[in-house]
Amino acid sequence: MRSEENIGQRGVGDVKVAAAREVRDGGERSAQLQEGQRQPGTSRAGGRQGRVPSWLSAIVEQGTAMPAVISLVVIAVFFEIESRYFLTGSNLSNLVVQTTTLVPIALGEVGVLLLAEIDLSLGSIVGATSAILGVMVSEVGLPWWLGMIIALACGAAMGAFQGAWIAFIRIPSFVVTIGGWLGFLGLQLFILGPQGTLSIFNPQVAALTGSYIPGGAGWIVGGALAAAVIARALLRLRAAGGRRRFGSLALPALAAVLMVGVVAILNSYKGVPTAFVVVMGLLLAGWWILQHTRPGRNVFAIGGNPEPARRAGIGVRRIRFTAFVIAGTLGAVGGLMAASYNSSAGTLTGGGTLLLEAIGAAVIGGTSLFGGQGTVWAALSGALIMSAISNGLDLMNASSPVKYMVQGAVVLLAVTVDTLLRRRAGRSRRLGGITMSVGAQ
Amino acid sequence: MLIRASSRRFSKRRLTRPAEESQGGSEVLRAVDVSKSYGGVVALDGVTVSVCQGEVLALVGDNGAGKSTLVNIISGVVRPDKAEFYVLGNSVDIGSPAVARSLGIRTVHQEQKLAENLDVIENVFLGEELARWAGPLHMVDFKSMVQPTEVALSKLRITTIADIRTPVARLSGGQRQAVAVARATLGQYRIVLLDEPTTGLSVEASARVMDMVMQLRAGGCAVVLVSQSIEEIFEVADRVAVLHRGRLAGVFTGAETTPEEVVTAVMGGQL
Repeated sequence: MRSEENIGQRGVGDVKVAAAREVRDGGERSAQLQEGQRQPGTSRAGGRQGRVPSWLSAIVEQGTAMPAVISLVVIAVFFEIESRYFLTGSNLSNLVVQTTTLVPIALGEVGVLLLAEIDLSLGSIVGATSAILGVMVSEVGLPWWLGMIIALACGAAMGAFQGAWIAFIRIPSFVVTIGGWLGFLGLQLFILGPQGTLSIFNPQVAALTGSYIPGGAGWIVGGALAAAVIARALLRLRAAGGRRRFGSLALPALAAVLMVGVVAILNSYKGVPTAFVVVMGLLLAGWWILQHTRPGRNVFAIGGNPEPARRAGIGVRRIRFTAFVIAGTLGAVGGLMAASYNSSAGTLTGGGTLLLEAIGAAVIGGTSLFGGQGTVWAALSGALIMSAISNGLDLMNASSPVKYMVQGAVVLLAVTVDTLLRRRAGRSRRLGGITMSVGAQ
Repeated sequence: MLIRASSRRFSKRRLTRPAEESQGGSEVLRAVDVSKSYGGVVALDGVTVSVCQGEVLALVGDNGAGKSTLVNIISGVVRPDKAEFYVLGNSVDIGSPAVARSLGIRTVHQEQKLAENLDVIENVFLGEELARWAGPLHMVDFKSMVQPTEVALSKLRITTIADIRTPVARLSGGQRQAVAVARATLGQYRIVLLDEPTTGLSVEASARVMDMVMQLRAGGCAVVLVSQSIEEIFEVADRVAVLHRGRLAGVFTGAETTPEEVVTAVMGGQL
């Protein structure tokens, strides 16, 4: 379905793009990610005891963003050379919209992985909630917003059901969510009935992934974000007494410039996609909760080691339960996006490789499978990598076998680079070999 | 460790004195008739101990005697099968670590005491992070936690932690112990339980921990110290409670007893 879309658009966009612009575009997108990852990661103040050159340690200090960013740059350059179309406004816009199904799921997965748990049911929750939305809007005839609320509530309920088993009855999440994966798939098929597909002809549902915010609003949002990043960096530089010059100023400044650039590219097509704004909102909310609130910080404590957290009086069960409720709700957000993007809900919605792409995205972005380390930006950078590969290979008319093999290789490569970089940084800078972006502020 | 060559020459005197009434400051905590069994294994059987203000009560016993179980029960980590607790004479129910903490009971556990991936500040404030407003999502105020953390560490004369934003995984054993004690002595506390705080530490770091114990005592805090080292106990303890196979084998006054007497009790009153 996606490949048809891309191929169909091939002749539509502006193919004549100057080489200089292409390079800049690639840089812009990658540096925006870098900034995204920087925020939760840089708070580890001080520690200049290393022998690593400051620019390298500054990059490593960015947390886990670098391998993902490097991969994105390589992918963008490669596909631009091969297809001559990858970095155009229309394709990037399309890529961003495609990613909006994956990012919420990956975000839910990050929250659960931080607790050293896993949720294998999110794909089925995507499918089941998109079917629920379809039935509510197309068959029952409810207004679009009520249908969406019901779908989100159902996602939350599915998450709550699993969370209760995991947190209170203490069955391993791996097992519970395998049950959920099958069970919710059954629910999805039951809702869809014998015909197996439900078309959703609703302009508002379609608008979720099919509309764009006006150019002016895009500029305001992008400009405000860029200004916030700069202001934050300046404040932090002052607080640090000017110690971390490179990491404190150069990257944020670059990121701010490039953030505006991304808005410019998207505006050169139809504008910033509404779904992307929604997803960014979810990411910012997730980032704020994890880095700045008590329950969020407790997630890291529990993920690192649940026993000290329990002894410190933290409500470990409550937080585990809540994480699965949130994951289920985010799965439902993915379901809404999928239903909107496809204008239908079918038996294959949320199936296939979607779930594993989401877990892969979280891990590529630098989230540990063993808990206690990672950031919400992993969901964005990892999902962009997965979608960029898929999108680029579609542009090249690659066959499915090739696509899967390339995607597999990239997942392996990204995680290997991440692991090696981290191990090296750990060795040269401190004992223990643990470098993690867990400091907050 | 506890059994030394010098403990070889005792009479076969039974040492089961009743728990003494505490002398000195007022009684802070009394745990009465604490019992706990895991499956068929009895970990604690009707143990009664009390500790007073400005007093160090040493808790000794062989491996498996029930010391850590008792500490875990008093700190709310483990639910006893049966027990009564009195804090400042009032009957209380220590149902959870949070309740224990709110009663002023602080614990430095032997193991698993810190969140390794979090930094010093977050460990000191773990579970009671300072927040800027009291909504459902308390917004953690990192800036306001910096100074109390530094004060707590400097009170313990810990100057070796250069950066309190360092994850504790990167700290040495002594530094971690200091973080754990700093954590225990934050805010309002009445009683601090230390479960083998010097195990695995260097001589110097151990001495510093013992120094911390004496500071706590001097500050009017009630201290329960679990230890395997007779020297350590006789250095700081006002009273020594001996556990043997889940039962209280005796409580001795530090100034009146001898290492031999204590060791005999640890071994069950026999040679």
